[in-house]
Amino acid sequence: MSYLAKPKFHHPAIETNDLGFTHRDYEGSISTLCAGCGHDSISSAVMRACFELSLPPHRIAKLSGIGCSSKTPTYFLGQSHGFNSVHGRMPSVLTGANLANRDLIYLGVSGDGDSASIGFGQFAHSIRRGVNMVYIVENNGVYGLTKGQFSATSDQGSKSKRGVVNTDSAIDLVATALQLGATFVARSFSGDKTQLVPLIKAAIEHRGAAFIDCISPCVAFNNHEGSTKSFDYVRDHNAALNRLDFITGREPITAEYDPGTTQVVRMHDGSMIRLAKLGADYDVHDRIAAMNNLHTRQADGEIVTGLIYMADESSDLHDHLGTINQPLNELNAPELSPGAKTLESINAALR
Amino acid sequence: MKPTEISNPDYFHKVVDCQWACPAHTPVPEYIRHIAAGDYTGAYMINWKSNVFPGILGRTCDRPCEPACRRGRVEDEPVAICRLKRVAADYKDDVKHLMPKPGAARNGKRIACIGAGPASMTVARDLAPEGYEIIVFDQDKLSGGMMRTQIPKFRLPETVIDEEMGYILDLGIEFRGGQRIDSLKSILDQKFDAVFVGTGAPRGRDLELPGRTEAAANIHIGIDWLSSVSFGHIDKIGKRVVVLGGGNTAMDCCRSSRRLGGEHVTVVVRSGFEEMKASPWEKEDAMHEGIPILNWLVPKEFKHQNGKLTGVVFEKVKAVFDAKGRRDLVPSGEPDTLIECDDVLVAVGQENAFPWIEKDIGIEFDRWGMPKVDQTTFQATIPNVFFGGDAAFGPKNIIWAVAHGHEAAVSIDKFCRGEDIADRPPPNTNLVSQKMGIHEWTYDNGVSNDLRYKVPHKETAIALKSIKTEVELGFDPKLGFSEAQRCLNCDVQTVFSAKLCIECDACVDICPMDCITFTDDGEESDLRARLLAPAGNLTQDIYVQDGLRTGRIMAKDEDLCLHCGFCAERCPTGAWDMQRFTLEMTHAGHGCRSKA
Repeated sequence: MSYLAKPKFHHPAIETNDLGFTHRDYEGSISTLCAGCGHDSISSAVMRACFELSLPPHRIAKLSGIGCSSKTPTYFLGQSHGFNSVHGRMPSVLTGANLANRDLIYLGVSGDGDSASIGFGQFAHSIRRGVNMVYIVENNGVYGLTKGQFSATSDQGSKSKRGVVNTDSAIDLVATALQLGATFVARSFSGDKTQLVPLIKAAIEHRGAAFIDCISPCVAFNNHEGSTKSFDYVRDHNAALNRLDFITGREPITAEYDPGTTQVVRMHDGSMIRLAKLGADYDVHDRIAAMNNLHTRQADGEIVTGLIYMADESSDLHDHLGTINQPLNELNAPELSPGAKTLESINAALR
Repeated sequence: MKPTEISNPDYFHKVVDCQWACPAHTPVPEYIRHIAAGDYTGAYMINWKSNVFPGILGRTCDRPCEPACRRGRVEDEPVAICRLKRVAADYKDDVKHLMPKPGAARNGKRIACIGAGPASMTVARDLAPEGYEIIVFDQDKLSGGMMRTQIPKFRLPETVIDEEMGYILDLGIEFRGGQRIDSLKSILDQKFDAVFVGTGAPRGRDLELPGRTEAAANIHIGIDWLSSVSFGHIDKIGKRVVVLGGGNTAMDCCRSSRRLGGEHVTVVVRSGFEEMKASPWEKEDAMHEGIPILNWLVPKEFKHQNGKLTGVVFEKVKAVFDAKGRRDLVPSGEPDTLIECDDVLVAVGQENAFPWIEKDIGIEFDRWGMPKVDQTTFQATIPNVFFGGDAAFGPKNIIWAVAHGHEAAVSIDKFCRGEDIADRPPPNTNLVSQKMGIHEWTYDNGVSNDLRYKVPHKETAIALKSIKTEVELGFDPKLGFSEAQRCLNCDVQTVFSAKLCIECDACVDICPMDCITFTDDGEESDLRARLLAPAGNLTQDIYVQDGLRTGRIMAKDEDLCLHCGFCAERCPTGAWDMQRFTLEMTHAGHGCRSKA
């Protein structure tokens, strides 16, 4: 009963990127998730972002834990490195991989169970350590693989498919990430790729811990009336802060923008993001204001999406630890075994 | 953009490019599926109903369906539709018991069909089971018309013609072979209720050049020569042969010459290779038999000595285009070329000829000497006379003649019942879901990556030994299956229901061809530019539906859709469904008559 493999044929006039790849070259094997799963849309957005950034697939590592969301890395970037770890343990494995080889781009893919329950601690520490990564939570507010129990991100008062009301208060991963010191925090929606794709691109280019909470309706168990993670509910309550345009460093910014409505933000690699503000004046660099805004809008029943916060300056775990620039696998005998003289001087320094 | 009205039968019909392009609107994907399932008899009968001569057409059709085939836009080459038709004809069981029976009771109406070619025989087939008394006249002893006389036997064996003519002759029609009609008036005097003229375009054009009369003994008109070869009146030709002309008749002439003693056969064409009228595969087959095709040479003079042809002189030309883009052939200035030869075959076109139609009986002709015939009813200026095939609008091909025959039969049926013949019957259409279960469809929706299979040919050395040895061997069942699997099932339509859609994007993400876009509404030109993938093929429609919750529209470019059904498999709500569109042309008989 599994799906057929996707036909190899593609549109003859399909677009290619700087590497000569089409977006089809960033695909993985065929998804086995339920038809209409929001996670498949997120996979598609990740592929689109990597295609548009012309990233060589072999320079990307995708890591995940357990759950519907954590299955998805199989379904995108088939030519990239992948690691499907233990439940909730993706952040530690990613941190270790990043320490060993800082040259790869790290995509941590997780879900609300994987990150807000069993892996909540792991999530917290990878964020506060500033691991250079894109951490995406495919958040559907339900345990889909075990047939529809509430997850830790289900809103209090929301109803399960069987009509049960959730009495526990919800963990807001965006608020948590902001509090823990993430230097790039965004929320998006699987049903809105025009917002999601530029956010993923910006998150990839950001150095430090970039966190994206992506609401992803579970069509099988959490897309009914009374759910706060359904397509209809999210569309009706979506309060998008801004619209993003990601501009790579090579392209000059030609148009003039009214500073009241547009904010141009420079990334560490020279690329830019242009933010068209949709609501009241909002500064993505102001963390306290971001937290206030998040809570205020939430109290009004709105779901804040878009780029919520991005630090002016950011640093990552390697900066904090002062590690060597080279990936460990490139270190050879002279660097690893610097000789008796160096050992002596180290020992002397410790005396 | 206005939402697409899928209830208009033309909309989905156009998506089935092959069926739309076929003059007789043969349901191509449907019969190809029957072939894939090994049901050759079923496939044959689907064809037989639409195009009457599947065995003949499976070898000789001009294949308007193939350039239209969607597969040819998705990859390099279309499905070998024509040769699959032959597979159905070659491997079917006995189909006699499936054929219609002669009309149980005669309805008292007598119809004359003049000529026993594809158009006339189609009229006969459609009307005979309805109780009409049909009398078919032909100058030749056997029926088939140009299919028998002009198509060489190495392309179309006599047995195939006999078989398919037999199915029609068995319907209780009267065939008067060997009876040439020299006067339409004499036919009209016999008080037929209707007369159908399907006499083809029987006159081959000549070339009046210096030396034509002196060397006449070795200069032959292509179609007449082919016909003489066909009846065994001619069985050899000189060692060196020049064939003039670039159409399919020229190809038949040169290949026939190779089999009748021509060792050095050359085809000489005025225009360039690409512009030649001959079908690409026929040119290929000729060249494969060691026949060079020379282009940009205009014949100037027939050289002769002592009343015997010695060669043809050609002037070299080049194409020059005027401001309006019209082409003109002008001398290139290079010296003339002489090609020495023993015989010349002139195959530079065919003309209609109606010397047998009296000018004062009421049939009006236009200034090109063609009868005035209504484009849809095929009625001439005498109300009970109808024309079809090449006789109606000039030389075309077999499948057009069949299509004309069907329409003329409808007209005759309505005419004889006193109905308005301008009131044409609509086709019979249906649209049915093909869903059988989760990820299960009635059709094989996996897309084959195979490239077009070549039809096996007989070894050239053996093929050239006899004019009766069929060159093409046809696909065997295994090759036929593989080729059939290349069909994209374009008749299984993607049908979208906006009120079920939750806009989850699953269809957009999975579509291998990036056909589907959810976006803001706009004018077609603007919309085409905003779709996920360029929609530059303006001959292909954009399927638009509104009524989505977000106020956007769903826009699907039909151009490159693989009909793989992945959108429907991925759709959680059944907003997309794969539905088989069937369109059956209404032929003469009960269905075509006015309901009033």
